[in-house]
Amino acid sequence: MSSATATTASAPPATNAGKSALARLGAAFFGRLVIIIPYVWLLFFFLIPFVIVFKISLSQTAIAIPPYTPALDFSGGISGFLAQLKQLSLDNYTWLTQDALYFNAYVTSVIIAAVSTVLTLLVGYPIAYGMARAPATIRPTLLMLVILPFWTSFLIRVYAWIGILKPEGLLNQLLLATGVIHQPLIILNTYTAIFIGIVYSYLPFMVLPLYSALEKMDYSLIEAAKDLGCPPTSAFWKITFPLSLPGVIAGCLLVFIPAVGEFVIPDLLGGSQTLMIGKTLWNEFFANRDWPVSSAVAVILLLLLIVPIMLFQRAQARAQEMDR
Amino acid sequence: MNATWSRFNITSIVLGFAFLYLPIVLLIVFSFNESKLVTVWGGFSTKWYVSLFHNQGLMDATWVTARVGLISATVATVLGTLAALTLTRYTRFKGRVLFSGMVFAPLVMPEVITGLSLLLLFVAVGLDRGFLTVTLAHITLTMCFVAVVVQSRLMTFDRSLEEAAMDLGATPVKTFFQITLPVIMPAIVSGWMLAFTLSLDDLVIASFTSGPGATTLPMKIYSQVRLGVTPEINAACTILIAVVAIGVIIASLANKRREVQRQLDEQAAQRG
Repeated sequence: MSSATATTASAPPATNAGKSALARLGAAFFGRLVIIIPYVWLLFFFLIPFVIVFKISLSQTAIAIPPYTPALDFSGGISGFLAQLKQLSLDNYTWLTQDALYFNAYVTSVIIAAVSTVLTLLVGYPIAYGMARAPATIRPTLLMLVILPFWTSFLIRVYAWIGILKPEGLLNQLLLATGVIHQPLIILNTYTAIFIGIVYSYLPFMVLPLYSALEKMDYSLIEAAKDLGCPPTSAFWKITFPLSLPGVIAGCLLVFIPAVGEFVIPDLLGGSQTLMIGKTLWNEFFANRDWPVSSAVAVILLLLLIVPIMLFQRAQARAQEMDR
Repeated sequence: MNATWSRFNITSIVLGFAFLYLPIVLLIVFSFNESKLVTVWGGFSTKWYVSLFHNQGLMDATWVTARVGLISATVATVLGTLAALTLTRYTRFKGRVLFSGMVFAPLVMPEVITGLSLLLLFVAVGLDRGFLTVTLAHITLTMCFVAVVVQSRLMTFDRSLEEAAMDLGATPVKTFFQITLPVIMPAIVSGWMLAFTLSLDDLVIASFTSGPGATTLPMKIYSQVRLGVTPEINAACTILIAVVAIGVIIASLANKRREVQRQLDEQAAQRG
């Protein structure tokens, strides 16, 4: 009897131990795989391509397929590699600095992106604030309504503005009919149209982080300030705005970084007169078929954006830590 | 609540939503325009929809886009979910900073850079541009969006559920498929939908990485837009918007039903 209980009692721990060792091995393997698969994919399809872009930006343009001379090819061994090292050139970069077109394109892109980021913030803040103050029952619906345009095609939303902004378009028809203006306004194919396009397309990116920051805010702080005699405007600048700052930073970065390299908006709304670097890169690649120069344009654009991108990552990581 | 939700708040919301929705509404309205001039109303007509279905080039492009979208969204959802698990569960491993960098950077990276760099990769490894290369490019872009969506759900996940399953003798793999996966499923579904619409939508990366025979719908629309605005494109855009809107509505209704069911279950459990 006693021996029987002893065996039944000792049996389960034994199998448990065996199972947990196996389970631990399985977990280790499973866990390793979870990391390795996306890691390798991103290394190969995201990081290595940048190395290639950098490599080709140092090579020479050639009339061939692909249209560049090979640079840094390891197939020739050490001596071949050293010979190629001498062929590497910064020609494409000196070319970029000599031609004022590129410099102007970079500067205008950064200015346009910065101005439209500020405009998006000015338009987006009241919307996000109104949403955060809305009755809790309708907040999910409002949130859904902000996200919904994001699901409809970016290209379509930009295209829709052509019909509105062109000289015989809907906006001019409305303004002429109501007698506000007597001559149609020229908006399409100007920088104004680009500003409108960027603010419109990127508005949800600004509103969402602002809303999530403002929604978390404790509104009784404002009431306390009011009770203590603080006027509403200074209560806003002293309490609301500082507390929403993480949302402001995240929203501005989400608008500014992609806007610098934007192609669709300047191309469709800005016409041929406006200058932005994304469009320059596109033309260099598709019209002039100059791969090395377009690679050099991309490398400099990336260098320009590396600081804002790192700020964005830091903000993301910090938000992650706070949620934990 | 009314005191805090002032007239200013309501006005800014109404104006904001008018700004967001008016262009799309106008686009849809003018797709039913009889006149060829997009901005002059000439009476109601559905003739542009009829001519759309006779436009073979557009139909081919739609088919390519749908296939690219379905395949890339599905693969991206698997990879993105794995990436999200890595980001939330494995806080310490070599190269974690690089990994999270590679997940977050594509979200804001200008598309011209991503498109150019992927194209140069495909040329370097000798892959012919076409259906496969567009699909690979879209997987890379959209998996990062899936990762962010799934990660935010994993963040609020109650891990004691997994520990309980493991204590009861479930293997980690079984625990994942029986406990973790069902709980994060809504996030995975919305991640898939986001990936699909992003792929449906993308012009720049597709233009760089696509080749002959794999023209996607945005590329086709773009080349026609450059020739001028026509009601036919309005009609194509309207159909695209309708498809996405129906998908989003179905998903949110399913979500709501699941939520109601869960509440009913909870109430039943409390009574019982």
